[in-house]
Amino acid sequence: MMKECASRINHIIGIADSIINDSFYTVHLSDRDMEGERIRLESNIKFSYYPGCTLKTKAKDLDRYARESAAALGVELCELPEWQCCGAVYPMASDEIATKLSAVRALADAKAAGSELITLCSACHHVIKRVNGDMESNGDMRMKVNNYLKLDEDYAGETTVLHYLEMLRDRVGWDELKKKVVRPLKGRKIGAYYGCLLLRPAKEMQFDNPENPSIIEDFIAAIGATPVKYPYRNECCGGYVVVEDKEAPKKMSGKVLNSAAKHGAEAVVTACPLCKYNLEENSAGTGVSVWYFTELLAEALGLKEGGDAQ
Amino acid sequence: MQRIGVFVCWCGSNIAATVDVSAVAEAVKSEPGVVLATDYQYMCSEVGQAKIKDAIKEHGLTGVVICSCSPRMHEATFRKTAAAAGLNPYMVEIANIREQCSWIHKEKDEGTEKAIILAKAAIAKLNLNAPLTAGESPVTKRALVIGGGIAGIQTALDIADAGYEVDIVEKSPTIGGKMAQLDKTFPTLDCAACILTPKMVDAAQHEKIHLYTYSEVEKVSGFVGNFTVDIRKKARNVKEDLCTGCGVCMEKCPSKKAKSEFNMGLNTRSAVYVPFAQAVPNVPVIDHDACIHYKTGKCGLCEKSCPSNAIDFEQQDEIITREYGAIIAATGFNPIPMDDFDEYGYSQNPDVVTSLEFERLMNAAGPTKGVLLRPSDGKHPKTLVFVQCVGSRDTTECGKPYCSKICCMYTAKHAMLVREKYPDTEVYVFYIDVRTPGKNFDEFQRRAVEQYGVNYVKGMVGKVAEEDGVLHVQASDLISGTQMHIDADMVVLAAAIEPDKSARPLATMLTASMDTNDFFTEAHPKLRPVESPTAGVFLSGICQGPKDIPETVAQAGAAASKVIGLLAKDKLTCNPCVAGSDELLCNGCSACQNVCPYGAIEYVEKEINDHGVREMRRVAEVNEAVCQGCGACTVTCPSGAMDLKGFTNKQIMAEVDAICRN
Repeated sequence: MMKECASRINHIIGIADSIINDSFYTVHLSDRDMEGERIRLESNIKFSYYPGCTLKTKAKDLDRYARESAAALGVELCELPEWQCCGAVYPMASDEIATKLSAVRALADAKAAGSELITLCSACHHVIKRVNGDMESNGDMRMKVNNYLKLDEDYAGETTVLHYLEMLRDRVGWDELKKKVVRPLKGRKIGAYYGCLLLRPAKEMQFDNPENPSIIEDFIAAIGATPVKYPYRNECCGGYVVVEDKEAPKKMSGKVLNSAAKHGAEAVVTACPLCKYNLEENSAGTGVSVWYFTELLAEALGLKEGGDAQ
Repeated sequence: MQRIGVFVCWCGSNIAATVDVSAVAEAVKSEPGVVLATDYQYMCSEVGQAKIKDAIKEHGLTGVVICSCSPRMHEATFRKTAAAAGLNPYMVEIANIREQCSWIHKEKDEGTEKAIILAKAAIAKLNLNAPLTAGESPVTKRALVIGGGIAGIQTALDIADAGYEVDIVEKSPTIGGKMAQLDKTFPTLDCAACILTPKMVDAAQHEKIHLYTYSEVEKVSGFVGNFTVDIRKKARNVKEDLCTGCGVCMEKCPSKKAKSEFNMGLNTRSAVYVPFAQAVPNVPVIDHDACIHYKTGKCGLCEKSCPSNAIDFEQQDEIITREYGAIIAATGFNPIPMDDFDEYGYSQNPDVVTSLEFERLMNAAGPTKGVLLRPSDGKHPKTLVFVQCVGSRDTTECGKPYCSKICCMYTAKHAMLVREKYPDTEVYVFYIDVRTPGKNFDEFQRRAVEQYGVNYVKGMVGKVAEEDGVLHVQASDLISGTQMHIDADMVVLAAAIEPDKSARPLATMLTASMDTNDFFTEAHPKLRPVESPTAGVFLSGICQGPKDIPETVAQAGAAASKVIGLLAKDKLTCNPCVAGSDELLCNGCSACQNVCPYGAIEYVEKEINDHGVREMRRVAEVNEAVCQGCGACTVTCPSGAMDLKGFTNKQIMAEVDAICRN
C-alpha cells in the first residue's frame, strides 16, 4: 500500500516536473507502468526534423532559433539524414511523380525513425504535407512512387507531418509554453502573417481555419505579446512572382503591412522565408518590422537579445 | 393450373431500345401456365389496357403478368384494368423491365436476357398467387398540419373551407413563419404583412381550425386515415383563456436583454414576450432562460401587473393526444449559418448581414423602423454589396449543392428597394448566374438593372476586410476578367436555405422519406409532388424543396386538395397483402411481436385443435387493419408460421428458383 502511494506521488511529481504537454502524453501512456511513465515524462519529446534548403542559406535565423527554442522546451529535433530539397513547389499536374519523390524520401525516413516529422518553412510544409496526403489517398500515385523508389518498405502516408507551430500547439501546448517563457514580450503589439501556403487548401493542410486563423495569434499571446488581428493576414505576399515582376509583390505585401500598421501592429511574424523577403523588401514607410516567429520565441525563452536579428 | 397472359410493354423506346420485346414474349410462351404472350408499344394507354381486358375475356385468363415499368408507377393502373375485366386485381404481377433492366443496361443482348429472367420469375410467382380481398378501414375526418408558416396556414384554410377539422401545430409562439419577417414580396412589391396577417387572423378565427402554437409533435402512430398523434403543448406560463393581449406584462418586465428571434437578433425583447405586434395568438410566452423569476425566484412583476391574472409560473407542459386521418408536413426552412464563410467576415463585422436580417432592417416594424442604418454605428450606408449564392450551388462541405431558388429574386428586390428609397446609394450585386424564371420575374430583375441602375457583376466576392469602418470588398468580375475592389458600407449575404431542423426527427416519426439534404421526398417527382410515399402524409412548402411564396401557396393548395380527397372518403381500402399466422405452427415465442414496427401483432390464449388434440396455446394474432405488410415478422418467425399474403414464402422461393434456373 505504502509503495503504491509512493509510486503515485512520484508519478504526480513526474507530471509536475514534466516540461512537456501532459494532455498528449497521458493519453499515450495510460497503460504503461508508473515507473516507466515517470522516466518517459522526464525525457524529451523526440521528433524527426526537416529544415529545407532556405533554412541553411537565407533563413538561418528561422532554423537556428527554432532548434534552440526546441531544446529549451524539452523537444528534441533530430534532423533527417541526407534530406533533399522538398521540391519547392507542389506539382499541380496529377501525373507528376518525379518532383514528389524527395518529399516521399523524407517522409519514409521519418517513418523509419518511428517519429513524427516536424517542418518549419511554410513552403516545405505545404509540399511535404500534401505529398503525404497523396501517398495516403491516391492509390495510383502510391504504386508508381513505390515502384520507382524501391524502398525497403512501401510508403503509404504513415508519417504524421506537423508544422513547428502545430507542434507547439498540439504537442507542447500553449500553457506549457507560457510556463517556459522567461522574458515575456509584454506590451509588444505583434501581427500574425500566415500567407497562403500554411492554410490552403484547407482540407489537405488541416492547419487552421483558412479565412479566420488563430494559431499564430495564440502563439503570440503565449509568449506574452499582444496579438493584433488584421484582415489581410491570410492574403498572399506575392510569392514567386517577385522573380518576374517586383511590382506585384510590392502591391500585395504593401497591402498586408499597411493593414497590419493600421490595426496597430509594430511587427509581424511569419514562418516563410519567401514571405519574409517580400514583406521586408516592401516594408519601407509602414513602420512594421518583419520577423520569423522563432526569433520572438527564442527571445521570450531568453535565448536571444531583443531586436538584434534583423 | 393458372391460365396466364404475359404482356410486354415497349414503353416507346424506353424499354424497346435495349430489350428485344418480341423476343421476351416469345421466350416465355412455353413457361408453365402461359397461354398467351404478346407485346405492345404503350401497355398503360387506353388501347394497351383494352388489349389486356380483351385477352382476359377471350382466353379466360386467371392471371396477368405485365412486363413494364416499376410497380410503383403503374401497378395500380393494371390492377384496375384486370378488375374491370372481372379478374381479381391481386392476380396481376409486374415484371419491372424498365428501371431495373432497360434503363441500366446498354447492350441489347444483356437487357433482353435479363428481361426474360424477370418475366419468368413473375410467371413463377403468379402460378402460386391466390385472389385476395381487401378489407376496409374508417377515416378520421380531421387533418393535422405541422408548421404554421404560409404553407401550413394556406393548407389548413383550404382543408377547413372544404368543411373538415384541421389542427395546426406550430413550435414558435405565433403562426406566420418566415413570411411574417419579410418586408416586401416579389415581384409585385406588396408588403408581406399586409397579405399575410389577414390570413393568420382567418386561420385563428376559422371555426374548423384549431391552433396549437408553442407546441410540437412528439409521437405519431397509426396509418393513413387513422393516425394517433401526441402533441406537446409547451408551457407558455400565460393562460391563453385569460390573457387579453394588453401587453402590460411586457412593459413591466425588467429583463429586456433577450435577443429578438423575430428581428434576427438585431434588437432585444423582454423575457415575457410576443414575437411581434401582429402575432397570432396575441398571447405572450415567458422565456425561462431570460426570466428573472425562473433564474432567482424573485421578480414576478408581470404576475403582479397583469390585470387578468393570466400569468401562471407553475404551468407545465401538456400532452394532447388526438386522432387524424391525414398529416401535412409544412415545416419550412432556415437560412444556413454563416459561420463557415469567414471570407465574408460575417461573424467579425456587424455590417455584414444576411438577407433575412436585411429584410428586418428595411421593415417598418423592424429594429430601425424601416430606416436603413448600419448595425455597427447606425449610419446611413452609401455603398452596398449584395453577394448571391452564399452556400448555394456549393459542392464543398460548407454549403449546399442545390440552388436555393429564391435568392436571385429577393436580392433584386432588395437592390431595387434600396435604390428607390435612397437614390444616393451605389448598389452592387455579385452573382454566379441570375435565375429568374417565373411570371413577371425576369422583367422584375431587369427593372433593377435598367431602371434602378443596380450594378450586376458576374463573379464572386473573395474577401471582405474591415478597416476603419469601411468594408473592403475584393471580388472578381468574370466578364472583364479583372479584380474588383469596392469600399462598401454594408455587405448583404444571400445565405442558402435549408430545411428546418425539426424536419428530420418528424420524418422519422412519420416514417416519411427524406433526401440527403433533409428535404421530404415526394411520392413521384412529377406526378405526385405533394404526397409523401408514406400513405396519408402530405407535403406543403419548402420542406419538400426550395420555393418562393407563389409556388408555396400553390403547393399548399394542392396538398389540401389531396387531403380533402382522402377525408371525403368514409372508408379506405386496406392493403390485403398483410401477414397472417398459422396457429398450428406458431410456438408462441413473441419474436414477431418484437420486430413488428407497427404494433400489429398481439398474442392470445386460444384453444387449438392440433390433429384431434385440443389444448390451450399462446399464439400470434395479426391486426390486419394495422399491419402494413412489411414482412419483418415472416423472416423472423423461427417456426415458419408467419406468412405474408401476396408475398408468401413459397411465392418468393418460386421467383428465386425461376431466376436461378437460367
